[in-house]
Amino acid sequence: MQRFTVPLLLIAALVCLAWLSQTGVINLYWQSVFMYMGINIILATSLNLVNGNMGEFSCGHAGFMAVGAYVSSLLTVMVLTDDKAMGFALLPPSWSLAFFPISLLLGGLAAAVVGMLVAIPSFKTRGDYLAIITIAASFIVKSTIENINAIGGARGFMGMSNVTKAMSQTIDLPWMLIWVFAGTVFTIWCLRRFLSSTYGKGINAICQDEIAAEIMSVNTNKMKLIAFMLSSGLAGIAGGLFAHAIGYVNPGSFTIMKSTEVLVMVYLGGMGSISGATIAAVVFTLLMEGLRFVFPALNSALHWAHLIPDSYQVSQVWKWVMIPLMLFLLMHIRPEGIMGNRELSNVFPRLKKFYSFK
Amino acid sequence: MALLEVKNLTQHFGGLCAVSEFNATIEPNELVGLIGPNGAGKTTIFNIVSGFYQPTRGEIVFNGRKTVGLKPHKVTGLGVARTFQNIRLWHDMSVLDNIRVAQHYHLGYSLLDCILRTARYERRTREIDALAYEILDALELRQYAEELPKNLPYGIRRRVEIARALSIKPALLLLDEPAAGLNTADLDGLISLIRWIYNEFKISIWMIEHQMQVVMSLCQRIQVIDFGTPIADGTPDQIQNNPLVIKAYLGDEEI
Repeated sequence: MQRFTVPLLLIAALVCLAWLSQTGVINLYWQSVFMYMGINIILATSLNLVNGNMGEFSCGHAGFMAVGAYVSSLLTVMVLTDDKAMGFALLPPSWSLAFFPISLLLGGLAAAVVGMLVAIPSFKTRGDYLAIITIAASFIVKSTIENINAIGGARGFMGMSNVTKAMSQTIDLPWMLIWVFAGTVFTIWCLRRFLSSTYGKGINAICQDEIAAEIMSVNTNKMKLIAFMLSSGLAGIAGGLFAHAIGYVNPGSFTIMKSTEVLVMVYLGGMGSISGATIAAVVFTLLMEGLRFVFPALNSALHWAHLIPDSYQVSQVWKWVMIPLMLFLLMHIRPEGIMGNRELSNVFPRLKKFYSFK
Repeated sequence: MALLEVKNLTQHFGGLCAVSEFNATIEPNELVGLIGPNGAGKTTIFNIVSGFYQPTRGEIVFNGRKTVGLKPHKVTGLGVARTFQNIRLWHDMSVLDNIRVAQHYHLGYSLLDCILRTARYERRTREIDALAYEILDALELRQYAEELPKNLPYGIRRRVEIARALSIKPALLLLDEPAAGLNTADLDGLISLIRWIYNEFKISIWMIEHQMQVVMSLCQRIQVIDFGTPIADGTPDQIQNNPLVIKAYLGDEEI
């Protein structure tokens, strides 16, 4: 019985979410918040594989996300829609439901291949130097996209909304919400199974003592390759979902700011904890959306009390003061993050009675 | 045929010659000691034999296979296991997981098996668990299976590290100063443990050690090196009375 509680709960949650969105109880704004939440969960848990479990410091996650976003967007727009730049559709729009997940996976695959760009230097370097290489890789990706005019260059690339429209015309459901949900579950499922196996624990061994791992029969180069490629591949899937959820991508969405957001989520959750990264991603998304309302309110309150001059407006830019401040306070008060390196079932052992996760 | 043959091994680190023209032969089921003053190059030799350093010159043949140029995990896969001078367990992983992860070379399943939980994955996981518990039982460590090594006393950590090395079923076990940091009570336990392992598993053991009590009571043959070159090789009695060895350890008589 315990084996089925998690799948049943997930299905129930998905049905609820889809039904409430369809009937309009959850409006478009909240739908997009849920989608950002899912995408952030994918990003945080996948980065956690490298930063938390393997103990490397990768800070170019947005670069891999960009690769996945562009590759899957290009594929769907090229294959499914009539586009000025990309030509006529190769498949009828009714195929969109079958082709979209394939394009997501292909985007993930492309991101995983770019992930090798970071994985191969990691055989010889680690620590700060590797961190610099990861930043370099994300800059390479961003500048490359900015300089290819065929895909819009710095202006960005659009047309994905036609794809999502085609999907809901085929079967009338909030498809992007469903895909994000499926992608999130898929990511956690993959990572959880990988990391709980002896094979995946080789990655923790590299983190805890790389020399011992190397000499006690762990093929460290192969494990690093797997960790980086799996992590960047999943980030690529998150990118594909992100691009289709908002219907538009531009290189400006994948700057070092985005990578930093993901880093904050990982450290907020706790290194090496999948449940920690998930909780942190949810908290972070809600906080970001909450702040969106806090600043205008704060602005009018301060103006009303004449505490700031009329010429100054408290803008959303203050978000970028809040995030670093949050990280600063976190490191000061609880350096191990919300969960430390423990999972939910370690903190609440009684939970194990109700489910078994295989 | 000798189990391990080391021929003309030389290792330079920049201008420093850590090991020079070192030769050694280890027969199957032999217990050999390697001693020498601090900085003589003993651990360097172990690092080369286990594949961690690539030697400047020289040849290593293990079980008829040349191992120079192989990656460390491959050498371990062939059957050379080792422990470390300053215990190198994975401290945030249970004792059981430490032993499981040491089976990495022989896991026999891929990433896909692991994510899809195929029949092969389930079978190998069961086999590895059985093997891990078998080795923990043999070394009387089962009660610590779920503990983290960082929470265990030093003597137990040593045992766990030896258990981890034994779990890969080596033909040659390299022990790098197993007695370092142990108190006298633990020392007797260690000597009987090593003797028991030697008799029970019928493997060869090559041991670096400073504790003369351990070396003299266990080893059938002892090699002495100084400044990276071998200066003596013989039974414990021969070594104890060798003037070159006394000179290396205590200095010249005449001064």
